[in-house]
Amino acid sequence: MSASSAARRPVEAMLGLSIREVSQALRDGKVSATELCRKCINQIQRTRYLNAYITIAEETAMEQAERADKRLRTGKTLGPLDGIPFSVKDNFCTENIKTTCASNMLKGYVPPFSATVVQKLLDQGAVLVGKTNLDEFAMGAGSTDGAFGPVRNPWSYAAPYREQSAEDPDSDWTITGGSSGGSAAAVASLSSFLALGSDTGGSTRNPGSLCGVVALKPSYGLLSRHGLIPLVNSMDVPGIMTRSVHDAATVLRILQGRDERDSTTVQAPNTPPSLPEHFDMRKICVGIPKEYHAPGLSEDTLAQWSRVADIFENAGARVKEVSLPHTPYSIVCYHVLCCCEVASNMARFDGLEYGHRSAVDSSTDAMYATTRHEGFNNVVRRRILSGNYFLLKSNYERYFVKAQQMRRLIAEDFKKVFSSGIDVLLTPTTLSDAARYADFITEDNRTRSAQEDVFTQPVNMAGLPAVTVPTALSQRGLPIGLQLIGQTLQDWKLLTIAHWMEKQLHFPMIRFHRDLNENEREQNRSIRERTHTVGS
Amino acid sequence: MAASTSGYSGVLFRLRKYANKSQSLCHIGNSNFIIRTTWTTGCKHQHQLNTQIESLPQMVGVVGLEIHAQIHSKSKLFSGSHVSFSDPPNSLVSHFDASLPGTLPVLNRRCVEAAVLTGLALNCTINKKSLFDRKHYFYADMPAGYQITQQRLPIAVNGTLSYSHFEGRKRNHVVTKSVKIKQIQLEQDSGKSLHDDERSQTLIDLNRAGVGLMELVMEPEMCCGEEAGAAVRELQLILQALGTCQANMAEGQLRVDANVSVHHPGEPLGVRTEVKNINSVRHLAKAIDYEIQRQMEVLQSGGTVLNETRAFDSKSGITIPMRDKEGLQDYRFMPEPNLPPLFVYESEASVPAGADSTQLVLIDRLSSQLPELPSVTRTRLVETYGILREHSFTLVNEDGLVDYFESVVKMTKTEPRKVIGWVMNELMGNLNLQNLKVSQSPVSPCALAEMINLVRSGHISSSTAKKVFQEMWKTPEKTVEQIVKEQDLWMINDKEELRQICQRIVDSHSEEVQIIRGGNKKVLNKLMGEIQKETKGKTNPLQVKAILEEMIF
Repeated sequence: MSASSAARRPVEAMLGLSIREVSQALRDGKVSATELCRKCINQIQRTRYLNAYITIAEETAMEQAERADKRLRTGKTLGPLDGIPFSVKDNFCTENIKTTCASNMLKGYVPPFSATVVQKLLDQGAVLVGKTNLDEFAMGAGSTDGAFGPVRNPWSYAAPYREQSAEDPDSDWTITGGSSGGSAAAVASLSSFLALGSDTGGSTRNPGSLCGVVALKPSYGLLSRHGLIPLVNSMDVPGIMTRSVHDAATVLRILQGRDERDSTTVQAPNTPPSLPEHFDMRKICVGIPKEYHAPGLSEDTLAQWSRVADIFENAGARVKEVSLPHTPYSIVCYHVLCCCEVASNMARFDGLEYGHRSAVDSSTDAMYATTRHEGFNNVVRRRILSGNYFLLKSNYERYFVKAQQMRRLIAEDFKKVFSSGIDVLLTPTTLSDAARYADFITEDNRTRSAQEDVFTQPVNMAGLPAVTVPTALSQRGLPIGLQLIGQTLQDWKLLTIAHWMEKQLHFPMIRFHRDLNENEREQNRSIRERTHTVGS
Repeated sequence: MAASTSGYSGVLFRLRKYANKSQSLCHIGNSNFIIRTTWTTGCKHQHQLNTQIESLPQMVGVVGLEIHAQIHSKSKLFSGSHVSFSDPPNSLVSHFDASLPGTLPVLNRRCVEAAVLTGLALNCTINKKSLFDRKHYFYADMPAGYQITQQRLPIAVNGTLSYSHFEGRKRNHVVTKSVKIKQIQLEQDSGKSLHDDERSQTLIDLNRAGVGLMELVMEPEMCCGEEAGAAVRELQLILQALGTCQANMAEGQLRVDANVSVHHPGEPLGVRTEVKNINSVRHLAKAIDYEIQRQMEVLQSGGTVLNETRAFDSKSGITIPMRDKEGLQDYRFMPEPNLPPLFVYESEASVPAGADSTQLVLIDRLSSQLPELPSVTRTRLVETYGILREHSFTLVNEDGLVDYFESVVKMTKTEPRKVIGWVMNELMGNLNLQNLKVSQSPVSPCALAEMINLVRSGHISSSTAKKVFQEMWKTPEKTVEQIVKEQDLWMINDKEELRQICQRIVDSHSEEVQIIRGGNKKVLNKLMGEIQKETKGKTNPLQVKAILEEMIF
């Protein structure tokens, strides 16, 4: 598809805009919020085969859009997000809208309140079009292990990939990465201008990178976790996915700050109204951590890493190799800490107050056991079992305490590097571009998580901000992203540099393959049939 | 009961005798009752007896307490739900209390202040930094599957509680002891389960879930039920004075579990049992004494004490193993990741720059708010009013009685030592008889003072006053003067009238008069008694005596 075909289809042209651009279009009256919302919902339907959404909130979205239109007509807009369609990972609570965590345990669960970050977006007039798919309870790195099936990477249905593939699009497709794969696919497939993900070990950045969208993991404590159904409380942060760094900054500005309902939040630093358009790179020192030359790093990714390092250097930035010596231990420590918190956090799902309850009622214990067996998939159950093992009195010192000590050392590594004058670290986000689904599922979830999170996960251990920026397409025609890591609470500075970097890269807009229209309809039907109980 | 006078050797004999019988004996209600009673007696005289019979090494009880005090606050420890005890089931449940996924705890500063106040009153060291932990176990009335508590670093440590109890035949010898408070930790209360066996279902009420608790751990430094009871009673008074806990055991605001073991002094502590389900101070003492006795018997008959949880059954007065919490629990403690460390500050000066001190917990601010504690009140009462120490205990023990007493004292010029008599005997006697609280007394402090003033001014006699008091109690709407007037109880102060009365008695008791004149002055009292009878106590004995003496000699 070329520019001319885009011109023939103004719908996609409109949907491909950034938040900044479409917000201007709304205010200029070029499009109404209801039209825009309708277009997004149509786009969701058109790309149902991606399985990006678990619930489509069509009715409430249209109501919200109508209210936005009233404000737009009277010139009383609420801000840059008024009337902008967005979607939310299905592990954030949304009042009166199903929130499932892609688990049978919460199938049909309707929370009575909205997560703080969701509420803040709604308060800004943004329009919630749907809840996106994920790995069950966000445990995974592929978005392949949820109760509603795997998410498909939109780029594996785009021209560059399809033109190289001789196979059936229904068997040859790639994963989105995870666990926020639905959110990444939603933004990449142009059905949402913005999506919220959650990031515990890379769950926002990993799919962001594989789906070619900007994905920001803010500093721990900068965004409220109230209403985010936890994976690892001490590492979870809401993630922001957009199609430009500028948009991510706009959203961060709105979402950040203290929330009295989350005691771990902090006061946001003063933030200017928007990112600077011109930035002098000569003042900046970029660190390249040598430990991130990990085994399994693809040639394509390595090449992009070098290319971008050169771009920084050529712009006058100092580029320096640095060392984060404890990096290799991060994954195993993460595994211990994650399982412990999972075991604890999942204890509440006993079928009594909410969620699935087994029909077995011979005793309370029997009801607990079968409820939890029926409600959780293998991945969740394994982590619960491991976590409870690590937390046993006789094991606590050997596992939990050790892992926490290592966590401090990992955080120290970053501190040392930043105090030596480094402003940001430039690293790959993932080892390679997206794996084919058929290849990905040959390994189990635990192995995949350990492999896929190597570059993203230490950041969560240290609570730092990091952003992945779409960099280029691989030889297979799939996105490659690079990650910038900043200092705690210097999210704005991080985004300033990311914004500059993005402008040098010229990452292409997605173009769906022209044969898809036929396939779309067929697959649309098949997916609808498979998931008709799921949609709203 | 025979045992109470049988002395030590008798007690020992009984012990042996029961011990030699089948062990099941201790589960038979009646025998138990005797065993329990004999032990209580033994405990009281223990030190004295140990020296008497050195040839028989005697086992002693060791008692430690774990106390859960429900914090008296408007809202719960980590949520905004109200705390109330009589609301319809599940009407005080926030999203957090029901453990809805995605909810987070937000610490209630008032609960922290209550714990700090309590810590200060119990001479604890307040930890400037304390931490919260999760304690995991599945229980239907604990929705999150874990309780947030302070296992690693509690808010207060190393305190002491001084308490007193009475010894001696008249129970008027005050003995003061103290017990160490290991720690005070903040934690969540659970909900309540109601088991409906008929329909084999369990109903859950989460109104109580998440209410703030202070768990106080008292070291095993007490030796019997009476000591433990006295310690808990003193703690109740302190908590009530502070207002941090209403401390009513029957309503579950104060829950006391006793850790009981027995050993030979000087030897390591024995295996302990935990006794639960105790709902009054009196039952606490009973349960502990029963358990000490039971363990001694088990050991003396060659058995071993099991480390188990036992429930006290107040009807039969015995402890029974609890079935549902058997087996060792591994609570899989873990730091609570959603709550940052809890910081309290010494004073305004130690608050970090930029922080709003009105939102923080300052120790010196709370210290200055500490009310007069019961022990201080007692000393003050004894020193200020010259009353007996045991009376100071009674005054402090009854809610509102100190105020009552002090109001009466203020409104009369009569010596406080006389006022206390009216308060202890007339007021308390009547209150106890009808099981009323001080605040429910029909006789106000003002009315009592008026009556006492009439006695002081000689308008009524002391013995008349007792009758007047009973009338005041029955007809509180009438004034004291009204009662005295209506019942014609004014003192006979008219000299001539008195003379006539005395003369009548002297005339009709010539025999007694002769004896008195013969030198036996004691018989004068008989004549005075006759006059009291005749005048229904409306005379002043001193005045009557003077007139009689004048007439006879």
